[in-house]
Amino acid sequence: MNPPETVANPLETVVNPPETVANPLETVANPLETVVTAPDTLVGHPVIELAGVTKTYPGGVTALRSVDLVVDYGELLAIVGPSGSGKSTMLNLVGTLDRPSQGTVRIDGHDVASLSDRQLSALRARRIGFVFQQFHLAPGRDALGNVADGLLYTGVGKREREQRAEAALVRVGLGERLTHRPYQLSGGERQRVAIARAVAGDPPLLLADEPTGNLDSVSGAGVMDLLRELNEAGTTILVITHDREIADSLPRQVPMRDGQVI
Amino acid sequence: MSLRPARLRLSDLARLGGYGLRSRPLRAVLSALGIAIGIAAMTAVVGISASSRADLDQELAQLGTNMLTVSPGNTMFGKQATLPDESVAMIKRIGPVQSATATGMLSDTYAYRNDRIPAAQSGGLSVLAAKLDLLKTVGGTLDHGAWLNAATDRYPAVVLGATAAERLGNVPAVYIGGRWWVVVGVLQNVLLAPELDSAVLMGWPAATTYLGFDGHPTTVYTRSVESRVEAVRAVLAPTANPSAPGAVQVSKPSDALAARRATNAAFDALLLGLGGVALLVGGIGVANTMVISVLERRSEIGLRRSQGATKGQVRTQFVAESLLLSLLGGAFGALLGYLVTGMYATTQKWPTVVPLWVLAGGVGATVVIGAIAGLYPAIRAARLSPTEALAAT
Ligand SMILES: Nc1ncnc2c1ncn2[C@@H]1O[C@H](COP(=O)(O)OP(=O)(O)O)[C@@H](O)[C@H]1O
Ligand SMILES: [Mg+2]
Repeated sequence: MNPPETVANPLETVVNPPETVANPLETVANPLETVVTAPDTLVGHPVIELAGVTKTYPGGVTALRSVDLVVDYGELLAIVGPSGSGKSTMLNLVGTLDRPSQGTVRIDGHDVASLSDRQLSALRARRIGFVFQQFHLAPGRDALGNVADGLLYTGVGKREREQRAEAALVRVGLGERLTHRPYQLSGGERQRVAIARAVAGDPPLLLADEPTGNLDSVSGAGVMDLLRELNEAGTTILVITHDREIADSLPRQVPMRDGQVI
Repeated sequence: MSLRPARLRLSDLARLGGYGLRSRPLRAVLSALGIAIGIAAMTAVVGISASSRADLDQELAQLGTNMLTVSPGNTMFGKQATLPDESVAMIKRIGPVQSATATGMLSDTYAYRNDRIPAAQSGGLSVLAAKLDLLKTVGGTLDHGAWLNAATDRYPAVVLGATAAERLGNVPAVYIGGRWWVVVGVLQNVLLAPELDSAVLMGWPAATTYLGFDGHPTTVYTRSVESRVEAVRAVLAPTANPSAPGAVQVSKPSDALAARRATNAAFDALLLGLGGVALLVGGIGVANTMVISVLERRSEIGLRRSQGATKGQVRTQFVAESLLLSLLGGAFGALLGYLVTGMYATTQKWPTVVPLWVLAGGVGATVVIGAIAGLYPAIRAARLSPTEALAAT
């Protein structure tokens, strides 16, 4: 199932020239077992670096044009812009779910272009959490199961997945809802489950695409408060929103229009 | 930090396959049903034929496979031929022959239940003169009454074969050749000599005395040392009738018995074929279910990719689901096939035998079917781009 990598570790030889001790985490054997987002050592280092990134979809739509963006560990920022301005496209590139047509994307010290699909999968499993507008919860699994399953690809055993899931649910304020199925939860609670799922593995980078898009304003505000709390605890959080008000409530805004940062 | 994807544990993989099926239980059951029917049909066909064979083996072990019969065949004029009078004595002289005995058919002699039935209505029963050691040699048993003995074989007394007794009814005596013959016993079916079932048997001397029997044997029954049966078979014809060995027929009733049981082979092949078709259709059903499942679960696939599942892990998940689905069908089918075999064997008074290789083969077949049926959908699932999969609703 897991054939040995043909290139033993391309990162060490190609990606990280010795001049940059870009990623202090390289010394940590299993990032999940430590407090990954130790701000003292990481603050000031970039977790996201986009340089001249362009994305043209098959069919000819250019969704991003020569975008440059640097985000440091520990930041909390909003990508804000009208619908169709390329925000989700950017999030997909930052989340390594897609590759740029041009330019370089470096995430957590890794040049995405130099990584295989398997390596990108491993990067996502350990270093990136996602929150989506549509929650994407499994209807047949309770909150605990949904969150624990989010750790399936991190190599952690079932017992520990469940322990971490419970801790994450307590952290988002759903300690009393562990055995509730998604249909038994409100929209705001569902999004909290999704956030718990994204942060259960303690990824240094959390990407949220319109996390309040399907919520009423009260639940939305609750979710934003939760994201702020998680950021205070060290997680770098990038929130995509078309809502100026939400964007303005965050420390940094990156405005976009027509595929460009303005 | 090396970016090596974590291995998915086997227990997690099994659980993953299970979630997929549990989320749509009815669909899972229905699509597993085709495979279940196929495996059940095949298991039952093989099981029933194995049970029948086991029963036959038991029977033959009891009856022995060392009996050979010798009959004269027909003459050129189509008349019932006879064997030379001394043939029984000659056959007894063959080394490995343990016993030899005979019956002699009384031609144009019929048995009636009373003296008022017209002579033409003979009822298809044969009248045979029998040597006293006949019953022992053919391995026959009495239903009731007694076999002929040194006293009764010289008087008008008969023993009825099972079919003959059924036809004549429970009568105290039968009317043969213008005289009443007392029924002293009734036989059970004689498996190795079914021709005795429809016979009315009387003593050799009585037949000679009262019915003008010529004393020529028409069938000789022999038992030989088990290991020498074939050798005996080769010399029986020339021994029985040295002047015309080609006219003599030698047969081995245990072979005939086995052959009669085996005549269902064509029917078995048909059922096996139908089982195979059911299995094929079942496999297509599973593949279809998996294709639909992949289409419906694109956003789940996208989510898993965002959580760090590799293409290989997505592929493995769907293959596991397909395997589980067909194994479910296969296990249920094997159980069903076993039960059908058991029920049928019980009604036939056979032992229930389902060979282990059938069960193993059934499970093996479902594994292959599941893997093949799941592979294409799984590959499609793995090839989905994460962003497109996530965008799907
Ligand atoms: N998979 C795709 N194929 C082709 N065009 C796409 C695809 N995804 C997005 N687009 C186009 O790219 C542009 C930016 O889309 P998107 O990044 O989703 O914007 P936003 O998230 O800001 O609403 C839009 O014009 C959209 O139609
Ligand atoms: Mg969008």
